Formats: sequence, structure tokens, C-alpha cells
Amino acid sequence: MKYIKLILSFVLTIAIFYALNTKFGSIPPIGKFLNPYSGVWQNETDESISGEILIPELKDQVTVHYDAELIPHVFAQNEIDLYRAQGYITAKHRLWQMEFQTYAAAGRLSEVIGEKALNYDRQERRRGMGYGAEQALLKMKEDEQTTLFVQAYSDGVNSYINQLNPQNLPVEYKLLDYKPEAWSPKKTALLLMYMTKMLAGGDEDIENTNALRLFGKERFDLLFPDFFDITEPIIPKETDWSYIDVPQTPTPNSKPVLDSIAETIDKPDPNYGSNNWAISPQKSATGNAILANDPHLGLNLPSIWFVMQLSTPNHNAFGATLPGALAVISGFNQYIAWGETNATRDVIDWYKIEFNKEGNQYKYDGKWKNVTYRIEEIKIKGKESYKDSIRYTHHGPVVYDKNFKSDNEKTGYAMKWIGHIGGNNQKTFIDLNKAKEYSDYLKAISNYTAPAQNFVFASTKGEIALWVQGKLPNKWEDQGKFIMDGSKPENDWQSFIPQKFNAHTLNPKRGFVSSANQHPVDEAYPYFVYNDGYETYRNRVINNFLESKDEISIEDFKDLHNNNYNLKAAELVPYMLKAMNIKNFTTEEKVIFDGIENWQYNNDMEEVGPSIWNAWWNVLYDMVWDEFDVEATAIDAPFTYQTIYLLKTKGDDAFMDIVGTEKVETAKDLFNLSFSKAVKNLNEWKTVNGDLNWVNYKGTFAGHLLQALPAFSRFDIPIGGGKNIVNATAENWGPSWRMIVEMTSPPTALGIYPGGQSGNPGSKYYDNFIDDWAAGKYHSLNFLQSNTATEVIIGTQTLTPSN
Amino acid sequence: MSKNIINFIATIILAFVLSFFMPWWSVMVVGFATSLFIPLEKRAVFFMPFLAILVFWFVYSLILSGSNDFTLAKRIAILLPLGGSSFLLMLVTGVIGGLAAGIAAVFGKQLSLVLKKS
Repeated sequence: MKYIKLILSFVLTIAIFYALNTKFGSIPPIGKFLNPYSGVWQNETDESISGEILIPELKDQVTVHYDAELIPHVFAQNEIDLYRAQGYITAKHRLWQMEFQTYAAAGRLSEVIGEKALNYDRQERRRGMGYGAEQALLKMKEDEQTTLFVQAYSDGVNSYINQLNPQNLPVEYKLLDYKPEAWSPKKTALLLMYMTKMLAGGDEDIENTNALRLFGKERFDLLFPDFFDITEPIIPKETDWSYIDVPQTPTPNSKPVLDSIAETIDKPDPNYGSNNWAISPQKSATGNAILANDPHLGLNLPSIWFVMQLSTPNHNAFGATLPGALAVISGFNQYIAWGETNATRDVIDWYKIEFNKEGNQYKYDGKWKNVTYRIEEIKIKGKESYKDSIRYTHHGPVVYDKNFKSDNEKTGYAMKWIGHIGGNNQKTFIDLNKAKEYSDYLKAISNYTAPAQNFVFASTKGEIALWVQGKLPNKWEDQGKFIMDGSKPENDWQSFIPQKFNAHTLNPKRGFVSSANQHPVDEAYPYFVYNDGYETYRNRVINNFLESKDEISIEDFKDLHNNNYNLKAAELVPYMLKAMNIKNFTTEEKVIFDGIENWQYNNDMEEVGPSIWNAWWNVLYDMVWDEFDVEATAIDAPFTYQTIYLLKTKGDDAFMDIVGTEKVETAKDLFNLSFSKAVKNLNEWKTVNGDLNWVNYKGTFAGHLLQALPAFSRFDIPIGGGKNIVNATAENWGPSWRMIVEMTSPPTALGIYPGGQSGNPGSKYYDNFIDDWAAGKYHSLNFLQSNTATEVIIGTQTLTPSN
Repeated sequence: MSKNIINFIATIILAFVLSFFMPWWSVMVVGFATSLFIPLEKRAVFFMPFLAILVFWFVYSLILSGSNDFTLAKRIAILLPLGGSSFLLMLVTGVIGGLAAGIAAVFGKQLSLVLKKS
């Protein structure tokens, strides 16, 4: 009996150890996770911001002053130390995020969260994310300085990782039960690829091809015009392009391949966008140029941005950095300020590939050309690895073939993407941080390849400028709108637009420059540019505002950032209200009708108009484009602007008819039908969720990077705005960093973002900016001019060479 | 002092000391060791180390979390899910540590009985 008890108690002891030390599904290893010595209780703390830290290979001491926002002000004696310190400090506050994002970029999430990420990982491998990062790394290595700095940053991150012990591992590692691996320059390249995918990873070629096949050329051109009837381009219309002496590539009269693909890889959210603008001293209330930037990205925690001051005796930069990349990305120094918005351009094209019997050669220029194989091994937590062998052509990876979203043995579709070409885009930012005047800015951005950006510029000298910068293919007319035949050399990208001919403007007469993801240029620009999903509302509100005032102040800038005017609704709703038949309304419909009739087209928090408009527009849009609801076909309905244009000008077009009914509907019928349906939807929503006011209906949230884990996310953030509005705050994306810089000497700046400097959910600095951000407030950025702790500094840490 | 109280106090002290060198399962080593060297009888074999570690882990997490306004505890108590109650989370923490220590103590007791006989 005693032995039985002994064995039983022994087995029980082993069982309890195993149960408490093992991760089951999404439940962390509970003993490891909850014990107070090394579990999450140890993360229940703010970060230390004082004392001395020994760091190997530093040349000199580096001082880090923290202000009350936990913004580190880094003072190094040289640039190598500076970037080593940036790596260390960023890792200290954001290690889990910076590593997780590179895992996501590389298609390695299965290693961390298991098999459920396998489809995502396969897609990222097929997209060639790792390949692109390797190409970028090769380009970075061609530059000695970049190589040194990127390596120093990497070593800095690793210094932090090496100082970690089980206690102070970030909480997400404890939750998912894994450990950080060493950082490397490749991870910086992967982070930059992550941004390239986010901002230049979308295209509609396959969708366009399906639309062309189904509806024909004439109808396609009506639905997807290269330019809308109005254009308010980034580079002013009156720009004289006569200096451009390299012509557009002549058209080879090549025919698109009218193939159909059922499903395409995920595209980045097409709503990612941004605003930036700058005004000249003549237009400024203070006589100084003023610049603003607000990139609209996913609202996540930890935030995509980390704000820092980075200085050496030779330069002093301040602004938003991307954890994982070097230097300030959107910010200012003593002399200039800069910021970015995404410059959408069609930089992804698809080629149909015809393989030989063995599948190891493809047809090109009448000959067979060898493919190269890239074996992608996807490690899966708790399972055997998955291997995918991806064929590369000279165009790029064959994304779709018999092993991925396609079933044809002998054909495939290869992706040509600027993201695969490589570029030292890190150098652009390192150089911008040191730039002193317009020529330095121009030199810094001129080698920048992707994702193409609208780089806004202002200087203390009073100059303002904006360049649409990226490595952009010089395409023949219509090249790459549809799937192309990959065996014909004339379909390859023939050349790139010479950098000096990229569209730009310096000190324009109107006294301001601005961009909001709209058309970069109008039809007069000599290269092929077509509407690739350009924004058509924010730009007009911004330009109207800037044009309407002679003297613009910082307060005006703030108002414009927080402007909730819904131009899109204002362009359609009055037309619909007038055209509708309101005689037979039910009482419920009457109530909702009054709600929208009284709306002044501002997406303010307490209005019901925006909620009604949103619900109504969603139904109407789907009703108009019911023809695009085609089974097993990748196809996109036309853009919002063109939809509204057609509703107002071609209300009796055949597209307005609802295919499934016998009656022939016109736009006016659709207004009534969609309204009735929207009223039902709204009242159903109201029964479940309560009040219809916009803030409630929209439900803005900042989700933790792990699938918006509720415990680490912030919900129901009180803010207005919305899609296509200058205050672009929608449900889960919006102004991810708002910055205003007045070009005094030195510049005076305001900035805020929806998050907090700390990546630790146990820190009060984790999400402490959100409320002020939502309220449209800003924080003064304390631009320290010397390595002296002023009254704004709450803690100073010294990084000291350990050798 | 009764053996129960001695065991209780010794368990806490030993657990505290070992926490500096060993991972979380040091509480199992503690439960095992104290039951070998300070043997108890009947239910106390399990409950004394259970209570000792429960109190120790509860108080330890209370000290860590209380000095930080329970910021993270409240979040973890949503994650697990314990309705956002940091008190419940501390209690669960204590119970888990206590269980591990108590079961290891029962094993220690059984082993000591076998050893004594031989």
C-alpha cells in the first residue's frame, strides 16, 4: 500500500509539474507564467530610466535623458555610438514588437504561434519577402557607412537581449513561451520590407483582368478611368514639364492575357494613407515655414512609432522612429523638417509564365529559360517544418502555380515587384537626419527606391518642397494594368523614370505644398501614371483650407489635422435626398431620414448622420456593383469617386440595374432601396449595440499586435473622423503620428501618437498618449540643444563602454 | 511551537531563499524537502506547504503589483479570464504555487514513510 501511495504521489508530482510548465493551446504555461519570481508579476513595473548601463564596444559614453513622456533624448559622441544606442534603447522599450514584426515580415509566425499561421507564412514566402530583404541587404552592404551603422544598431539590440533574464523578458514572450533570438542587419531589412509591403504591396492587375474579361474594354474604361473628371494633383497643375527630355516607353501594342484567377494573396489595407503639408513664410502667421505630417496606419499597441531625439556633436534630429530601423523617419533637426505620405504607383505587375514539361524552364523570347528554386522552410511550433519550393523567373517569384492558389500544371503567374529589386532605403533616413538645406534633402532622398513616398520638406531658411520619390518604372501606356504575357520581352519593365524627372515642386507660387495620397500629377506629366486607387477627398479639403487663408497659424494646423468634414458624403447625400421618393416612408424610415437631413457633413462624435451615411453607402455601393459579385473570381468593384460620379451622371446606366430582379432599376431606385435596407440594418445594430451616434457606431480601437488581444488593447476610443476625412480615424486605422513643426531656429515642434513609448502593458507609458490624441491635443516635443538635463527631464541614464 | 507552524515558517523561508537561484518549481523542491525534514501528519502534510506558498506568492505578487497600481494585473486578469480582478489573479497565483508545493510535499511524506520502514 505504501508503495502504491508513493508511486501515486510521485506520478501526481510529475503531472502537476508538467501541467504548470507547459503551454496548452493559447493558455500559457501557468506556473511559469504566474509565479512571482520570473512570471508576469515581474513585468508589473515602469522602465528604469536612471543609472549606468555597461555596453560592449561603445567608443564613448552616451547620455540618455528621458522626459515625462518617456521620450529618450540620446546624446552620443559619434554616429556609430548613436545607432548602437538607438538599437539598445529601442529594444529596451519595444523588443517584442520589433522582433514580432520581423517574424511577420519573413513569414515566420508559425514558429511563434503554431500551425494557424501557416497559410499566412506561406503567402509571405510566396510574395518573396525574405528574398526582397536579402536584395535590400546586398544594396545596404555596398555602402560602407550604412553597413557600419546597421551593424552597430544590431549590436545595440543584442546588448539588450544579452542583458535579459527570465524575469525581465517582455510579457508577450512569457505568454507565448518563447525567447528572443539575436537581432541582425537582415532583420532591419525585413522591417523595411514590412513597410514596403504595407505601403507598396497592393495592386489590382488580376482583378482588373477579370473585370476586363467580363465587361469589355469600353465598359472597363468607364468604370476605371486613368484620371477622374476632377484632379487636384500633389504637384500643382501649372507645373511646366518641358524640361523632361526622356520620353515615355513607346507602346508595343501588346495584348493583355485574359486569364482568370479565383483568389489572390492578401493586399494591404487600401485605406492606409497619410497627409502632409507645409506652408511658406509668406503664408505663415509667424513668418516661419510650418510643416505637418500625419501618417495613417493601423492603430496598434505597441504603436508602430517610437519617438526619439538622436544627436551627435554634428547633428541633432528628433521625431518618430520605426522600431527596427535606424534614425528618425518623420521629424526634424536644427535646420529642416520632413515627413512622408505614401506615393501610390503601380509597382507590382503580373506575368503569365508557361513552363516546360518538367516545370524547370519557362518560355521567354522564343527560347526556354531556367528557373531558379528557392526552398522556403517554414518552421512550425510543435510540428514538423513545412517546405515550399518556389520558382523564380527573371521577372520575380512565381507566386501562383499548381502548389499555390492555382491548379494548372504548366502555367504560373510571376510577380514583378519593386520590393524585390533592393535598395538602400535606410541611408535616405540616416542622411535626412543630418541634412542642413534643400540640396542635402534632395541628395538624401534621391536614392530612395520603395515604398515610394511624398517627401515634404521645410527649412528654417523658409524653403518648402515636395518630391514624389521612389524608383518608378517608365511604363508604356497601360503597361501592367492587366496580366501580361511573360514570354515577350517587350512586356518587361524597360527602364526607370530618371530620378531627376520624378514629379516635384519647390517653393510653389501658391505658398504651400501638400499631399494626401491623391494623384501625383495630372495628364500633362509625360510618363504613364494611372489611377491606382488614389484618394480624392482629403486632398481637396486640405488644399481648400490652405488656399482659403492668407495667414496660417499653428492653431489652424491643429484644426486641419482634426478636421472632420466628410466631403464624400457632401457630394452625394444632398443629391440623393432630393432625388428620393419620400412619400411612402415608414415611421422608422422617417426618423432616420430626418437624422441624415439635419447633418452638416461633419463626422463628429455625437452626430448620427455619419453612422447613417456609412450604413447607407455600404448597402448602396454593393447594390450598384452587384455585377461584381462573381463566384470564384478575384475582382474589385470600382472606386468610390467613380461610383458617386456615375450615380450622379449616368443614373440610368445598365450597371445601376439589380441583376437579380425583373424590374430595371435606375440610380434613383437604388437610393430608395438601399435606404430602406440601411434603415433596417441600423435599427438591428441599435437593438444590439445601443446609441447610433458616430463614436459608438464606429468603435475606434487600438489593438495589440497579437490579434488585438483584448487585455492589451484599448477599445471605444472617443474620437470622430473616418475614412476619406482629413482626421482619417476609422475603426482601426488613422493618424498614427501627428506632427507639426514650426521652422524657428531651432524648430519648435508638437507631436503625439495613439499609443505610448513603452511596449510593456504593465507600464503607465504603454497607452498614455491615447486620450490626448483622441481629444486632438498635442505634446510639445522638448528639443534639447545640448547634453544638459533641463527641467523637463525626469531621469538620465548613462550608457558606458564596458571594455 | 507546533510542528505545523514550524513547517509553515520554514517553507516560506526556504521558498524565499530558493527563489533567488531556481525557477518557479523551486516551491516543489521546498514542499518536498520540508515534508522530509519536518514531517507532518494527515491533512497538514498537504495543507501546511499549500497555505505557506499560497500566502508567500499572494503577498509577493501583491507587493510587486501594488507598487504599480495593479496595471498589469488588471490586464492579465482579463486575459486569463478572471473578470479583470487583480485580487482573483493573486489568489489564483497563490493557489497554483500552493498546489505544486502541497503535492510535492505529499510525495515527500510518502517517500519518508517508505524510507523509515526500510
